[in-house]
Amino acid sequence: MIANFVLAAAAAQDSATAAAPSTAASLSWLVIAVPLVSAAALLLAGRRADKWGHLVGVTAPSAAFGFGIWAFIDLLARPVADRVQDVDLAPWLTAGIGLDFGLRVDQLSLAFVLLVTFVGTLIHIYSIAYMAHDRDRRRFFAYLNFFVAAMLLLVLANSYLVLFVGWEGVGLASYLLIGFWNQRTDYAVAAKKAFVANRVGDVGMLIAMMIMFAQFGTLSFEGVFGAVAAAAAAGGHTGTLTLIGLALLLAACGKSAQFPLQSWLGDAMAGPTPVSALIHAATMVTAGVYLVVRSGPIFEHTPGARLAVLIVGAVTLLYGAVVGCAKDDMKKALAASTMSQIGYMMLAAGLGPVGGVFAIMHLLTHGFFKAGLFLGAGSVMHAMRDQVDMRRFGALDKFMKVTWLTFMMGWLAILGVPPFAGFFSKDKIIEQAFVAPDGQLWQGWVFGLVALFGAGVTAFYMSRLFFMVFYGQARWTDDQHPHESPALMTVPMIVLALGSVGLGLILTLVGFEDYLAPALVEGHHGEPVMNAYVIMAATLALVVVGAWIAWVRFGSAKAQVPVLPPAADGLVRAARADLYQDSLNDLLLVRPGQALVQVSAKTDEQVVDGAVRGLAWLFQGVGGLIARLQNGYVRSYAATMLAGVILLVAIILAGRI
Amino acid sequence: MSVSAYLILAAVLFTIGAVTVLVRRNSIVVFMGVELMLNAANLSFLAFSRLWGDFDGQLAAFFVMVVAAAEVVVGLAIIVSLFRTRRTVSVDDENLMRR
Repeated sequence: MIANFVLAAAAAQDSATAAAPSTAASLSWLVIAVPLVSAAALLLAGRRADKWGHLVGVTAPSAAFGFGIWAFIDLLARPVADRVQDVDLAPWLTAGIGLDFGLRVDQLSLAFVLLVTFVGTLIHIYSIAYMAHDRDRRRFFAYLNFFVAAMLLLVLANSYLVLFVGWEGVGLASYLLIGFWNQRTDYAVAAKKAFVANRVGDVGMLIAMMIMFAQFGTLSFEGVFGAVAAAAAAGGHTGTLTLIGLALLLAACGKSAQFPLQSWLGDAMAGPTPVSALIHAATMVTAGVYLVVRSGPIFEHTPGARLAVLIVGAVTLLYGAVVGCAKDDMKKALAASTMSQIGYMMLAAGLGPVGGVFAIMHLLTHGFFKAGLFLGAGSVMHAMRDQVDMRRFGALDKFMKVTWLTFMMGWLAILGVPPFAGFFSKDKIIEQAFVAPDGQLWQGWVFGLVALFGAGVTAFYMSRLFFMVFYGQARWTDDQHPHESPALMTVPMIVLALGSVGLGLILTLVGFEDYLAPALVEGHHGEPVMNAYVIMAATLALVVVGAWIAWVRFGSAKAQVPVLPPAADGLVRAARADLYQDSLNDLLLVRPGQALVQVSAKTDEQVVDGAVRGLAWLFQGVGGLIARLQNGYVRSYAATMLAGVILLVAIILAGRI
Repeated sequence: MSVSAYLILAAVLFTIGAVTVLVRRNSIVVFMGVELMLNAANLSFLAFSRLWGDFDGQLAAFFVMVVAAAEVVVGLAIIVSLFRTRRTVSVDDENLMRR
């Protein structure tokens, strides 16, 4: 207790100081435990649970959502100053580190809990129908539940170490679900690729934690942020803080598929579509943004690391947008779009606490409309015999009315058309990107224009996707008979579409900004280098232009979309190949890595094993020679004994003389 | 007579015994070689006993004789039972333990 008071005193100058937890907050571990127990039960029950496993699987996130609502109402009832609550559950790693296993219930973590459990529940419901014909549906639900539990642990953790447990858990769940159909080799390879790319990011996380522990002697948010604030006030540690910030950014890049660790996300689309919707669009890939926003008190004091976050976000948002323009695989185009949108969030998170609020807001709206878009894509695939090539779609609007309309809501939301959800979150980010920090005028212009341009490209590639799927001529193969999906699939799509329409407006009206800001460090609103209305008008104009180009080329009745991808210039070819990131990784990392492995394997075999084998060979040879003495002839034994005795006597006599 | 004559005789007897053990194949003859070596040792015990004028050497000689008698009993029993089962007393054929 005394230690807690000392820590609390150290953190007193930080804006977010933990208060004593309420009943709801101290029971928040149930949110994690319920899906975790359900996952374990489904896995242990085996085939016996095949008939009812999915029902248990749906109940778990729904129950967690119920708990989340309770904790949220409880939080709102508290005064603003007492809303950050740390719950110590159990002592953990008492030897040397003295770290407790605890949860932090505050505005930020509860926003995530509600997103993860609500969208998670909808996607679980959708999966009942989507995976109905899969013989491993129970295992699928077990993995999904496990993912929900790990993700909730990640966002509810009150220290970096507990966060890391959830961080690894979602990585494992992602691996298991990408490779869910691992009977196909390329799917299994995609899962492995995602896992390895995430491990690279994890190294960053580990390094950040090691530096924190070496410098501050603690890993809890309260302790670290307090120590950071104290160190910054004393005017030292800038280099250390920058190093921690960069390591955290590396971790975020791995998990959130940001440049240069983004190449796994496209391949991750090998997983079943509900997985893509939940893990690789709505929740897990946004964990990196969460990490950066949560670590705001660290980034606050290190402009260098913040600039790196901005650059990563800006590069990725353009990168994803360019790749998205050229992909013909519907899911991969959506994946590129996810990458790009998370780039927006990362950019916002790098803009400081005010941007962080908009990053989280865009994260929430994106969670709804992107999950909706993915579920729509899944519905289209369901209708078109698992076809994902958009060149084989077209004119589906009359056959799948619900999918078409819900997809349209998501499309309008991601475009940022008012009053759809994306307008309220993305427009704010673009406006915030134009704010020049600390008088660095060029930063405002560069990042602002990148964000603005990205919005136009986003409009183009999302409209291209939408028009290619639902408009133009029908380009189906002969065996495709499109039909609407069952209600279990359409209802979640409708709910998410409603969120895509209204969530942005609702969040703005209820004052999400004022709700979230107290959980972050204090920030001040800066003035953008251009008038905010000019920015808004320019954004909308670019969006309209992008969508119009897409309509002319892919949507209108006159537009001809070839069934096979036509020959194209260098940029399109590069974009089709993910801007050669895979080839580059292959050249720079994979091949040298494999060569190193081969050399060490050979060294192991020839040198290490060789030494052992040589020793064995030596003793075997000597043993063989000596074994010849043991020939079974008594007389030769006697001769040996005699010779030995004579030798002994000779030695003794020699000693006498 | 000096003691060296006894010792030389003992050495000659011991050598004859040792060579017998090493070169002969017949187990019984090998046994006789062993007895010869033991008695060569007895002879040197007695010679030294006479030289020093006490009974320690004679005592040792009695012990050797007793042990030799016991050894002969056990050894001959082994040889007889081996001959019964294998129809041979050659030491070169008695290599059962090595197989």
